[in-house]
Amino acid sequence: MYDKGKIVPGLIIFVGLMLFAIFNNAGQKPQPPKLEKPEGYKECVLPVEEMKQSHMVLLNEWRDEVIREGKREQVKVGGKMFDKSLQRGCMHCHTSKKKFCDVCHEFASVYPYCWDCHIAPQRDMADQEAK
Amino acid sequence: MRVLYPFVAVLALILVAFLGGKVTGLQYMLGVVLPYLAFGVFIVGFCNRVMQWSKSPVPFRIPTTCGQGKSLPWIKQDRLDCPNNKLEVVGRMILEIFAFRSLFRNTRAEVHDGPKLVYGSSKSLWLFAILFHYAFLVIVLRHLRLFTEPIPFFVPLLEMGDGMMQMGVPRLYATDIVFLAAIAFLFLRRVSLRHIRYISLPADYFPLILIFAIGVTGLLMRYYYRVDITAIKQLTAGLASFSPILPAGIHPIFFIHVTLVCVLMAYFPFSKLMHLGGVFLSPTRNMSNNSRSVRHINPWNDPAIKPHSYAAYEDEFREFMKDAEIPVEKE
Repeated sequence: MYDKGKIVPGLIIFVGLMLFAIFNNAGQKPQPPKLEKPEGYKECVLPVEEMKQSHMVLLNEWRDEVIREGKREQVKVGGKMFDKSLQRGCMHCHTSKKKFCDVCHEFASVYPYCWDCHIAPQRDMADQEAK
Repeated sequence: MRVLYPFVAVLALILVAFLGGKVTGLQYMLGVVLPYLAFGVFIVGFCNRVMQWSKSPVPFRIPTTCGQGKSLPWIKQDRLDCPNNKLEVVGRMILEIFAFRSLFRNTRAEVHDGPKLVYGSSKSLWLFAILFHYAFLVIVLRHLRLFTEPIPFFVPLLEMGDGMMQMGVPRLYATDIVFLAAIAFLFLRRVSLRHIRYISLPADYFPLILIFAIGVTGLLMRYYYRVDITAIKQLTAGLASFSPILPAGIHPIFFIHVTLVCVLMAYFPFSKLMHLGGVFLSPTRNMSNNSRSVRHINPWNDPAIKPHSYAAYEDEFREFMKDAEIPVEKE
């Protein structure tokens, strides 16, 4: 074997980089995220599976309709009226950003820009101040 | 034919993975067993291939010299293109690995009326190759979000930079578009240019088609089917912490994507894709052109064999040479 002094360290660095995730996770078992379900509400504007997959699309559509087209009518689902709004609609039932939105988003490293403009609901603010 | 076979092979893989993704027993095979196997083949095969290479001696200095070598003090040396010492070689290698300098020198030959042969600069291969490789790197690093828990700090930063345009939801990543465009260019270059098509083999088309299919399934997963990312992360992060769980209800497109990636990993050490390791070991790039100033001894020379000068040779064979009427220097 020629150039042992360069090839062996090179291979060790390569294998180390390839196994980065394994070293990074060592001793940890990834826990599935646990969401806080709203109290007293059973139904959302769409079935659970669809909300899981497509809530971001719905929110984007609502934003376009409300902000750009001025259509603020409420949405009627299962006899109930919902506000077409992140803060007054979604967060009316899911009161905590931290215990609902952030749980999955942080698990999957998703940082939506909702909160560039929106203010997280008061309960989170109160939680933060209490710290 | 040479395009058709790899294309059919990738289609067959997709079909197998799609059918497997629908059957629960095979989901475990495709989602857990296959990734471990493929990753093992990739790591062991990669190291094995490099070790094989390391057994080949390079007895001569064979750098490609693309500029003035070190000479008399008033002649300016081209230090990167004709390196004379280790530092210059390191500079050359860094530019080769990070900036693809050899491809930058790519030329195109054209025959004009006359007939006259004209060489021109051709930077499109370099441009699309570098776009492709860097986009691929960013995409691989971004995927760490699915394998790591806790997620290292640079992954969200990369995602933020990559999704900077804030187009659509889920946010469109610039690298996704660049990646597909670049690989499409590299494929079309092979099929549309006559002389490139002539030297292209199935082993050239297969990785291109496979990687394109991986890109397309990945995009479909993110932007069209919007698969359940938390379920997938439970599986993938579980793989990296050796406690894989297979949550129910993962979309078949995920298994297609994973199967294709596993095929790519397992195929890697046996294919041209080994240029990942090979670029470091290319003797025409990583040797200094100093054979005029340093004596290089062939590594397999037998030390028992001493140098034999012509004078000594003549002393040994003088009588025979005289008999054969071969002129000798000393009578």
